[in-house]
Formats: sequence, structure tokens, C-alpha cells
Amino acid sequence: MALLTIQELSLGYESHAIVEGLNFAVNEGDYLCIVGENGSGKTTLMKTLLHLQEPVSGRIVIGEGLKKNEIGYLPQQTLVQRDFPASVSEIVLSGCQARSGLRPFYSAQEKQLAQENMQRMGISSLARRCYRELSGGQQQRVLLARALCATRRILLLDEPVAGLDPWVTAEMYQLITELNQEGVTIIMISHDIEAAVRYASHILHISSASVFFGTRAEYLESEVGKLFLMQQKGSEM
Amino acid sequence: MIEKMILYLQYPFVRYALIVGVLIALCSSLLGVTLVLKRFSFIGDGLSHVAFGAISIAAVLNLTNEMLLVLPVTIISAVLLLRTGQNAKIRGDAAIAMISVGAMAFGYLLMNIFSTSSNLSGDICSTLFGSTSILTLTTKEVWLCTVLSLAVVIIFILFYNKIFAVTFDETFAKAVGTKADHYNLLIALIIAIIIVLAMNLVGSLLISALIIFPALSAMRLFHSFRSVTLFSALLSVVCAFSGIVISILAGTPVGSTIVAVDVAAFAICYAAERIRGSRA
Repeated sequence: MALLTIQELSLGYESHAIVEGLNFAVNEGDYLCIVGENGSGKTTLMKTLLHLQEPVSGRIVIGEGLKKNEIGYLPQQTLVQRDFPASVSEIVLSGCQARSGLRPFYSAQEKQLAQENMQRMGISSLARRCYRELSGGQQQRVLLARALCATRRILLLDEPVAGLDPWVTAEMYQLITELNQEGVTIIMISHDIEAAVRYASHILHISSASVFFGTRAEYLESEVGKLFLMQQKGSEM
Repeated sequence: MIEKMILYLQYPFVRYALIVGVLIALCSSLLGVTLVLKRFSFIGDGLSHVAFGAISIAAVLNLTNEMLLVLPVTIISAVLLLRTGQNAKIRGDAAIAMISVGAMAFGYLLMNIFSTSSNLSGDICSTLFGSTSILTLTTKEVWLCTVLSLAVVIIFILFYNKIFAVTFDETFAKAVGTKADHYNLLIALIIAIIIVLAMNLVGSLLISALIIFPALSAMRLFHSFRSVTLFSALLSVVCAFSGIVISILAGTPVGSTIVAVDVAAFAICYAAERIRGSRA
């Protein structure tokens, strides 16, 4: 039984489907990259996986004892956060909100967990700093630490390197790979097809014409994969 | 001057005004940070205009206890306004503008057509800019105000972590299973109560100032949510207290004096931030 099994899923808004007939499975320890053109439904798929949005049809089955809300999420940054007066430790701790349920305050254990995850992301020294004064890469580490407080098993990352410079981008991919090697299942939306085929174990390619799902090797051999890689390289030149 | 103040403090109405003023200032500052960050700075204005409309209806209907009408109407409007934030055909700021001026116009229209008072413009002026009503509070009103304020403070403390989570990142909160919509509703409810309370103090046109100035001042100087919240509460209380004292001693209108003190405090915080920034 896989962590997540997606069966005949159709995505869209108000019963108007953008993508139809999605079928794939995510196993423990996988590193899945979701690629595709803008507007192909990548973000909609992610929202549906997080239960922020209802699927038009089809099912998402969770297995291996994963709870519905036990998925860590790294969203794209919002405008509000750019001038939010919050310290790093306050933000990381807020990742424990699902654990604390209706209990009004965080327990010592939860504070300990937040500490550990800050250490894991190498941001312990920033704990008292203000989030808005950090660099883009540091901010992403803070949000990753928060996501890790919500889960030990599976992370959904929405464009984690958007707006980062190449050096920090490489660091970020390194960090994600390390987490994956520690056993965290990764699902990542990415524009960066080259990084996707370098790091991921599986690729899901969505477009209005066709859907591809398979391992990295299979993708590199497939028609859609070859074409997309060529297009992306062409547009970067 | 101190003697004069001590003399005044012997009157119960002065003591009531100070107690109620400080409590209202405390409550209104608590949610300021959340509202400023959610881009809802003007919700105070919008809601207070709705409350003004409701007060006019209550006056026309000759209700003895206008709170019974004003509070529910304001709460419903608050819920509607905060809901539109997400996915409405009319966006947040436009919705606030629409509801507030609409309610205002209707209120004034009703009061004019069914006027029961001999001094209509005086009545309206005092509803808009805060009247001397803070100095004419009955014991019952003081108790009501105290109970509501304490309720707001307790609810805020109990749900502090959730309010932080929902304000900072609603999508993440929802993704990990926090009932963000419920907490937004709770925030709307608290705001409505605060608005109705604060109308007594500063009148409906100046309420926004009471809500956003302490938060904005604190955001100049502090960098964590907790310190910003604590400092804005403290600042708001100090400003309201000194505002009331000044207005009693100098005979100025209570509401606008408090707001003037708030503005001055903001200017000081802004300057302090600048000085600190140029040193660093």
C-alpha cells in the first residue's frame, strides 16, 4: 500500500476540469517532481492533495497509517508575510498547530520539536531574528522547518526555489535531497525541469494533451519528456 | 494640576470614564496587528458606520437598549465582510466602502425623516466623533463594558497561537487541518464587539485610529508577533489614559484627544525607528 494513491482524479474549478484521468502512487521515500507548463494544473493538484480543494471526480487514498493532516506543506510566499513582524521561532512553532488541536498553548514537547527542526535546517542562530529581515534562502529554511513540525513523513513543496539565486537554489536542492535520504517523502512542484530530472526519483508531467507518470529513467526515454526538456533548454538559450 | 486631577478623580463619572477607556483601548489594540496584516485596516471604519446605521434605526424605533440591535447587526456585517476576503465578486476594500457609506447614508436619512430629537445635528455629531457619553456612563454600562472587554481579552489569550497561525499563513494552517474559517469568524466576532464598545469612547469616525495606530507604532520598533502585540496593548492603554486625562483637564473632546495622542505616539515610534536605522 502506497502513502498516497491517486485514482482517476480530475482537477479543476467548479466542476470544470483542467486535468482528467490522473493515476499515480507515491510510496514511502519517493521524490516526486510535478512538472508542466503554467496553467496546466500543478498548483490545483497540490491544493487537492492537501484537501484545500475538492476534486471534480476521482479519489485520493491515503495509506500506511498516514493521517489526512499529516502532510507538511511549503507554500509559495505571500505578500502578507513580507512585512509580518514575527520571529523565526514563532513561525517554526506554528507548524505544531495541528498537533496541539484545541489546546491553547504549545507544550514543552512541541517547543522541543521546533528547536530540533530549526537545528536540522541550520537556523538555530536565527531563532530570535525577525522573519522579514532574512534573505530569501533563510526564509525558505524557516518555512521548511515549520513544515517539518507538521510531519515526519511527507512534504509537499510548491516551487521551493522560486526567486532564489543560483547558489542558494543549489543549497536548497541539497537540503531537500538530504531530507529525502533521511526518509521523508517529497512531492515538489517545479518549473526547473533540469533539477527535476537530476534529483527526483519519479516525474509526473501534466499538460492538457497528455499525462506522464513514471520514474526518472522512463521519463528521459519518453517522447513527452524528450520534447519538454528540449523546449525548456531552447527557451533558456 | 495634580490637585485638580485628584479633585476630579473623586467624581465617580471620571473614574468610570478612565476604567472604560483603558479597557476599550486594551481590547481594540489586540487585534490591530492581525487586521493591519490581513489588509483590513479599514474594517473598523466600515463596521462602525454600520453600527451608526443600526443606532439610527434603534433611535427611530425608540428602543431603550440599543445594544440589543446594534451588536447583532454589527456582528453579522463583520462576518460578511471578512468572508468576502476570500473569493467574492466584490473584493474586500470595495465591499467595506460599499457597506460603510451605504449604512451611513441610510442612518442619517432615517434620523432625518423620523427625527425624535430637537438637536439632530448635535446628536449625529456626537455619534460620529464620540460624545461626552463616556463621561455620562451609568454603572450598568460600565459593568457591561468591563465584562465584554474581559471576554475579548480572555478569548484573545486562549486563541493567541491560532490567531497568529491563521494570520501569518492561512493556506498552511488549512493544509495542516486548522479550521481557519472558524478562527476568521472568531476574529470577526471579536472585532464587532470591540467596535460597538469603542463607539462610546471615540465615536464611529475615529475607531480605526484606535485599532491601527498602536499596532503600526509597535511594528516600527518590535520584531516578533508577541512583542508587537504586548507593546501595542501597553501603548494603547497609556495613550487612552493620558488622552482622557488631558481632555478632562483641558476641556477638549475625549475621542479626538485620544486619537491625537495615538498619532503623536506613532510619530515618536517612527522617529525612533529612523534613528535606530541610521545608527545601524
